[in-house]
Amino acid sequence: MPRPTPSQTVGPFYGYALPFTDGARPAPPGHPDAITLHGVVRDGAGQPIPDALLEFWQAAPDGSLDGHPGSLRRDPVTGGFLGRDGVRFTGFARVPTDADGHWRVHTLRPPASAPYLSVCVFARGLMHHLYTRAYLAEPAADALLDALPARRRATLVARDEGAGVHRFDIHLQGEKETVFLDFAR
Amino acid sequence: MSPASLPSQRTGAAAPNPGPAGPGATPPTPPTQQDISAEIAAAHARAAAAVAAGAAPPDHPPRDFAPYRSSVLRHPRQSLVSVGDPEAAELRGPVFGVTDVTETDADLTRQHLGEPLGERITVSGRVTDRAGRPVRGQLVEIWQANASGRYAHQRDQHPAPLDPHFTGVGRCLTDDLGRYRFTTIKPGAYPWRNHDNAWRPAHIHFSLFGTAFTQRLVTQMYFPGDPLFPYDPILQSVTDQAARERLVAAYDHALSVPEWSLGYRWDIVLDGPAATLPDPEEGS
Ligand SMILES: [Fe+2]
Repeated sequence: MPRPTPSQTVGPFYGYALPFTDGARPAPPGHPDAITLHGVVRDGAGQPIPDALLEFWQAAPDGSLDGHPGSLRRDPVTGGFLGRDGVRFTGFARVPTDADGHWRVHTLRPPASAPYLSVCVFARGLMHHLYTRAYLAEPAADALLDALPARRRATLVARDEGAGVHRFDIHLQGEKETVFLDFAR
Repeated sequence: MSPASLPSQRTGAAAPNPGPAGPGATPPTPPTQQDISAEIAAAHARAAAAVAAGAAPPDHPPRDFAPYRSSVLRHPRQSLVSVGDPEAAELRGPVFGVTDVTETDADLTRQHLGEPLGERITVSGRVTDRAGRPVRGQLVEIWQANASGRYAHQRDQHPAPLDPHFTGVGRCLTDDLGRYRFTTIKPGAYPWRNHDNAWRPAHIHFSLFGTAFTQRLVTQMYFPGDPLFPYDPILQSVTDQAARERLVAAYDHALSVPEWSLGYRWDIVLDGPAATLPDPEEGS
């Protein structure tokens, strides 16, 4: 059995390589079920992290986990990014934090069968990415949430700010530390 | 001290300096290489003792590796919570296709009007999962400094020349055998501000996707025989020597292109549970 290749930090200079046009906008423009999820990534001193990179993966509204190519749709003439095609939902988003640690994604509400966005956190200083989940609403029953004490459980549930906007802050360390996940081997 | 106030952003320096002086005292002096090397040696000794006591050698770096100062406030203190749900969305993942790459993406020497300076290289290998199965049709992304050790990034203030003919970004999709291939130039080593006289060994940053989001990997590939290896707290954050060696490419003469480029081979194994999709090579 081959041993895995070790992880290394994403470092500070991914900004010209990994972000792409419409990375934060998996929702087709004007889609009636579009929502906005946003928040701030903070370190153990409560300071915003300006060089984190977040990725999101989620089920399509019909429950499909097949995804679709085209998140990084390219222009064969210039080699640049064209932006998404405005029709197909790829289920994938990637967004760097701003200088104030804030980020946002405009996506489609995930289905009841998997009512969360899976979040993968990268940052300078973080040796190995971290997984968490942003639940858009408290599900009636959920094996992961139900096994957590209330205070920790709350770190996985986005706060409804109305008008389709949901707030989800990520704390890498400290009092408000977000619950990070490990997947069974 | 805010990182934004530093003349260079190659740091590291967001973590508090552990010096004895309190607030308002003279600015703390950065740790020396000797300090950092001693911390690395101590961390390796602790990890070796754990293995000697029966722990499995770790494949990945611990997230709290203090010799890399930026890690101090950027790792969780609570244990990760296990998710065993076979229906978890994370057991599937994003997919990519022909619309996500262009032909020049895999040749970083041909993305501008002129040729970049430096030693032209070919970097190629296979991406597999833990069972040795190829990861097919998935996105591989790379980024790197130019031959002088400078990134095409505004926040990189290392006083080495930018190269107008080199950006340092590449992408490709793996083929049916899980293979990827890039033509680029060998990146230079560069200084950073983790400690006094800190230098990163030459490396190429890699980003990989598997069939499941759980297999996501961002890492760095190094070049064989680099004398900077023992001094670098990022490479040395991988405490197991066999695991560290898996981050170092091999010179492969068969990959060298006559009168064109030198070849390096680097195979990548993705960790984490894979999607349980039917695979014709399963068990073969
Ligand atoms: Fe780097």
